[in-house]
Amino acid sequence: MSERGEISKINLQERICTFKEVSRGFSEVEALKEACRCLQCPNAPCSKGCPAGIDIKEFIHLIKEKKYLESLAKIRESNSLPAVCGRVCPQEEQCQAACVLSKKHDPIQIGYLERFVSDAEIKAGAFAPVPHVASKNIKIAVIGTGPAGLTCAADLAKAGFEVYLFEALHKTGGVLAYGIPEFRLPKSIVAHEVEYLKRLRCKVECNFVAGRTQTIEELRKAGFKAFFIGVGAGLPQFLNVPGENLNGVYSANEFLTRVNLMKSYAFPEYDTPVKVGRRVGVFGAGNVAFDSARCALRLGAHEVSIIYRRTFIEMPAREEEVENAREEGIKFHLLTSPKEIFSDNSGNVEGVICIKNELGKPDSSGRSSPIAIAGSDFGIELDTVIVAVGTSANPLLISSIAGLKLNRRGYIEVDENMQTAIEDIFAAGDIVNGSATVISAINQARTAAAAIIKKLSK
Amino acid sequence: MKIISKDILAQNEAGRIVKMRLEAPAIASNARAGQFVILMVSENGERIPLTIAETKDNTVMIIFQEAGYSTKKLGEMAVGDELFALVGPLGHPVPIENYGKVIAIAGGVGIAEVYPVAKALKNAGNIVVGILGARNKDFLILHDEIKAYCDRLYVTTDDGSFGEKGFVSDVLLRVLKEDTNYQLVYCVGPIPMMKVVAAITRPHNIKTLVCLNSIMLDGTGMCGSCRLTEDGKVKFCCVDGPDFDGHKVDFEELSQRHKRFLSEEKISIDKIEKKCKCINE
Repeated sequence: MSERGEISKINLQERICTFKEVSRGFSEVEALKEACRCLQCPNAPCSKGCPAGIDIKEFIHLIKEKKYLESLAKIRESNSLPAVCGRVCPQEEQCQAACVLSKKHDPIQIGYLERFVSDAEIKAGAFAPVPHVASKNIKIAVIGTGPAGLTCAADLAKAGFEVYLFEALHKTGGVLAYGIPEFRLPKSIVAHEVEYLKRLRCKVECNFVAGRTQTIEELRKAGFKAFFIGVGAGLPQFLNVPGENLNGVYSANEFLTRVNLMKSYAFPEYDTPVKVGRRVGVFGAGNVAFDSARCALRLGAHEVSIIYRRTFIEMPAREEEVENAREEGIKFHLLTSPKEIFSDNSGNVEGVICIKNELGKPDSSGRSSPIAIAGSDFGIELDTVIVAVGTSANPLLISSIAGLKLNRRGYIEVDENMQTAIEDIFAAGDIVNGSATVISAINQARTAAAAIIKKLSK
Repeated sequence: MKIISKDILAQNEAGRIVKMRLEAPAIASNARAGQFVILMVSENGERIPLTIAETKDNTVMIIFQEAGYSTKKLGEMAVGDELFALVGPLGHPVPIENYGKVIAIAGGVGIAEVYPVAKALKNAGNIVVGILGARNKDFLILHDEIKAYCDRLYVTTDDGSFGEKGFVSDVLLRVLKEDTNYQLVYCVGPIPMMKVVAAITRPHNIKTLVCLNSIMLDGTGMCGSCRLTEDGKVKFCCVDGPDFDGHKVDFEELSQRHKRFLSEEKISIDKIEKKCKCINE
C-alpha cells in the first residue's frame, strides 16, 4: 500500500458532466501528515529539481509547524503564483522526481502541499502583504497577462515601479484564462492573483493589442522606460494533413478559447457557440490535448479518444491528468498517426484515416521516434476533431518592433538577463522558449524583472 | 467604448442597417483603411469583428446589418451606452498606392467597407471606378459619400429602384469590355459576389483583392477559427488578411466554413424571438 495520502477527488459521475475542480486537494490533517513524511534532507534535492529553485524543504518545515502563511511567504520568495503552480506544474518530472523518497517509496506530494498553503490564504480571503515602497515614478509596460506578465508585474511593482499591464483579450490571465479549464484551474484563483496585482497599484488595461492599439514607439513617447513582453506562443499549429479545414475540426486553442474564455459550455446563456459531436478525436497528448479531451467529454461527447503517435511513456502531459482522463473514460489510440480527415458531402467531419507506428531510435527530443508501419492504415469514425499538436510564435506584436532579434523558429532571442536585442525590451515565457511550462515562464520573468530593476535603478 | 451616435440607415422586415460612432481614441489614431475592430456588447456576448468605416475626432464608425443574433443585440444599444469590449485596429490595412486605374466593388453592407478603401485609393492619386450593388434604393448606403471619391460610379439594385436593375457583375463585365487596363480590383460583399468578380477578372490578369469575413474569435491569430486556404496554403483571416488574392482563395471551403454554427445561430435567434413574445404578451 502506498504511504502517501490519496488525494480526494469529486465523484466521477459529477466530474464528467460539470466543470467543477476535480481534485479537492489536501485537508489540514492530510497536509500535516504529508509534511511529516518529509525527511528534511540536508542537501534538499527537491529544490534542485524545481525550475524556480523554491526552498521546498523550508516551506514544508513551516507547514509541519502549522505556520502556513510563513510557508506561503517562503514559496513566494521564488514563485509568485503558487496556487497556480501547485495545480499545473509537472511535479513528477521536477521536484518530486528529485525527492529522495521517490527511489524506494512515494515522493512527497510537493505540488499538493504548495496548493494547500496557497488555498489556505485564498479561502481566508487574505492577500500577501503589500509592501510599502515609495513610487519611483517610472512607468513600465508589461505586455501580456499570462504567468510571465503577472510575475514580472508583481516584482516590478514591489520595487516601486509604476506598472501597466496590457492584455489583448477582454480578460486577464492569458493561457490561465483561455487555455486551462476550470476543472483543473478554477478561474477564481487567477482572479485572486490579478486582484493582488491591483493592490500593488498595477494598472490593468484589457482590449489593448500592443503593436496595434499603440506601438512600442508610441508607448516610449508616452514615457514608458522599459517593456516586458510575455505574450505567449500563440499561433496554433496543424498537422498539414488533408481535411484539416473541414467543419468539425478545431485547433485546441479555438476549442479551449470557446469553452474557457467565452464560456460556450453555458451556451445559449453565453452567446458564443461550440459544437461537439458524439465521437471526438484529439490529436496530440500534451496537457492541451488532455484539457481538450476532458472538456469535450464534459460537453456531452459519448466517446472521446486521444490519438497519439507514441505511447503512454512518451506523453508530455502531467501524469495526474493522464490518470484523471483514464478514470473519466477517455479512450486511447496509441502509436497512431492521422493521415487524412474525411467528411460527408456537406464538408462535416466523418472520421480520420490513421496509420500505425512502431517506435524507433530516440529523436532530438530524446523520445523514441515513431516509424509508420506500411499498409497498417485504418479508419476511426469521428464527428469532431481537435488538433492539439503545439503552437508557434505569433508574429502580431514582434513583427511590429524593428530591430528585435528572432531565432530561426520565430521566437525572441534574449540574453541571460532576458534582455532582447533592443535595450529597453525584455521578454520571457513561451514567446522566448516556444511552448513550455508555467514555472519556467515565471522563473524567466523574475530574471527579467530583476534585470529591469537593476537597469533602471542606476 | 461609449456609443457616441447611432443612425438607422435602412430598415425593412428583414432587419436594419445601423451606423454607430464609438469612442476609441487610440484605435482611431492608428487605424488605416481596411482594418477592423472586434467588439463585445456584453460580458456574455460574442466577439464580433466589424470593419472600421471611418475614423474621426477620437471615434471609429461602424456600419452593420442586423443579420444575426449578436448584430441584433448590438443594434439594441443606445447612444451613451458602453460596450463591454472594443479592440483594434486589427488585420492588415489595404496596401494603398498609386496603382493607376482601379475598380472598387461592393455589395450590400460591404459598401461600408469599401468606402474607406475607395477614399484612400482616390487620395493616393488613383482613377477610381466604383460599382455598388444593393437590394433596393433603401438599402443603398453611403452613395453620396462614395461618389465623392469615384471618377465614375455605377449602382445596381436587385429591383431596379435605383441605378440599373441587375448585379455588380453585369456592370463589371461591361466596364472591362470597354477597357481592361486596370491595375487593381478591390471587392467586398457576399461570398458568391466576390467569387464571381474574381472569376471575371482572372482571364484579364487584373490583381483582385477580396475582403473576407470568416468566423473569428480572438482576432489576434491565436485560435485559427478564421482559417482559409489561399494558393493552397492555410491562412488566418484575422492576422494574414482580411484581404486576400481573389484568384487564389478557395471560395468553396470559405462558404462551407461559414455554415459551421448555423444551427446554434438559430437557437440564439429563437432566444430573441421568445423574449420579444414575452414582452408583447
